[in-house]
Amino acid sequence: MQLEEFLENSARCSGGKTALVVGERRLTYGDVERQANRLAHSLIASGVERGDRVMVYLENSVEAVVAVFAVLKAGAAFVMINPTTKEEKFSYILHHCRATALITDRAKLDSIHGSVGGSSLKAVFVAGLGDRERQNGHRILRLEDIVTDEAISGDPPPKRTIDMDLAALVYTSGSTGRPKGVMITHLNAISAALSIISYLENTSDEVVLNVLPLSFGYGLYQVFMMFRVGGTVILERSFTYPAAILDRIVRERVTGFPMIPTISAMLLQMDLKKWDFSHLRYLTNAGAAMPLEHIAKIRKLMPRVKIYSMYGQTECTRVTYLPPDQIDSRPGSVGRGMPNQEHYIVDDGGNRVGPGVVGELVVRGSHVMKGYWEMPEETDKALHPGPFPWEKVLHTGDLFKTDAEGYLYFVGRKDDIIKTRGEKVSPREVEDALYTLPGVAQAAVIGVPDKILGSAIKAVIVPEAGAQLTEKDVLRHCASRLDDYMVPKFVEFRTEMPTTASGKVAKLILSEQARQGL
Amino acid sequence: MKEILRQFIRDNFLFGLQGESFSDDDSLLEKRIIDSTGVLELIAFLEENFGVKVQDDELLPENLDSINRLVRFLEKKLKAAA
Repeated sequence: MQLEEFLENSARCSGGKTALVVGERRLTYGDVERQANRLAHSLIASGVERGDRVMVYLENSVEAVVAVFAVLKAGAAFVMINPTTKEEKFSYILHHCRATALITDRAKLDSIHGSVGGSSLKAVFVAGLGDRERQNGHRILRLEDIVTDEAISGDPPPKRTIDMDLAALVYTSGSTGRPKGVMITHLNAISAALSIISYLENTSDEVVLNVLPLSFGYGLYQVFMMFRVGGTVILERSFTYPAAILDRIVRERVTGFPMIPTISAMLLQMDLKKWDFSHLRYLTNAGAAMPLEHIAKIRKLMPRVKIYSMYGQTECTRVTYLPPDQIDSRPGSVGRGMPNQEHYIVDDGGNRVGPGVVGELVVRGSHVMKGYWEMPEETDKALHPGPFPWEKVLHTGDLFKTDAEGYLYFVGRKDDIIKTRGEKVSPREVEDALYTLPGVAQAAVIGVPDKILGSAIKAVIVPEAGAQLTEKDVLRHCASRLDDYMVPKFVEFRTEMPTTASGKVAKLILSEQARQGL
Repeated sequence: MKEILRQFIRDNFLFGLQGESFSDDDSLLEKRIIDSTGVLELIAFLEENFGVKVQDDELLPENLDSINRLVRFLEKKLKAAA
């Protein structure tokens, strides 16, 4: 089975049902299927071959969903790019995965235009292009023309892939500072989606409202899951205007709402009694642990709504969920392993440990990635030989312990990756950006506790002698190079950096001082 | 009022970035000028500098998503308070 069959089967069985709602636009399964098929034919005609990578650089939109399925139907793998990614990182990913096509919109194309020339791209599909611009260069195609072109077949192109072929590359922060492309096959994605659907008990009656970016696995899987069960997914660009989202939840009779702790923190600052949530069946939390006080408050405000506390990582999409009936007795746990998966905790020597002992979580299952795209050393660090000779298991880099009944509790990261707004940020990636700012002699990036963000990014900088750096200089520089969520929230200037005995920056000291407000 | 709002947005969300221009009618969300934590900062700024209280159900793009919408929203709030 291939991932795009989630859409194809629902289009066949319930083609007239509403699949996707974005703003004022409502598309049926039949609509999405026809648009995706036309774009798939056009991708193939442009020279996209089986196994190629195709970048999708779009806001949460109809076009983004159509693009993902079109790429799969064309036998290629999609590479979602965060809508706030800047040209330097975009260019790195483009060259790293040697994409042969790009699907984007006009404003985004303008921002990365310099990277396109001389690249591996055979075609660029652009939403929102004006009529006149279409004629400039045959490689630039107007997306709206293709998905509505009656001359292109609305039927799927012949299948070219099998389920062990690549479906997606998902770029994620690496501790070396360079993003790594997580290789997800059709089988990986299908396995994860089916397990999640089974524990959430999703049916075709489900209406999920998703504000998370589709470049984030947690956001993208909302679409996959709904398309599999024939439900409806409502896409929003963000949670920026909370009242508008809550109004929509009421109006569309939303039954499922995925959150990250940043969203629950904002929700709980509002008087939620003004909205009628009687249709809401469940809330999920992932990305980072939800603070216990959030859980307690939501339970009180919405006692009927099931809360699923979950944990996962891009390398296998999802690992655990806490059954909702356990949320009051074990609010600090992210639960147990999801269906069709095994996991265990090991010490530094690789030996399995019992309840109460902290160690690294290891995951076994058909949802585990195939590795990082063309990074064999990084891959070997994450995928180790498993208990059986035919398999590799995922070493998550996340430290956990269990209680006597086997419920899992997240303890921390093995490396110094920061979790902010539910996304992973490599301090090294931010430091690398800081070092390109003239006047920076030394830079260290740490995470500090933050009520809304989980962790907030703090940059500690020692300027060169005589350099006149301001906080605004630093933030402006970072905003021009880094994805929005990676831009530091706090900047501190110092005359010298605390160091360890070996001369490295003592980040533990910086973190401790930040915690104590020094 | 327009200039105060524009200055705040430029300083706090664009960090004074050159070349990031926006018109009075541009959507702050579509131009990726504001995000969910930015809205909280914007509300705090409005409440502090214009002496208005923004209600939870007013956190809507109709009220907040462009300079002109902000001006209309503030004028309405100030008039109601007067």
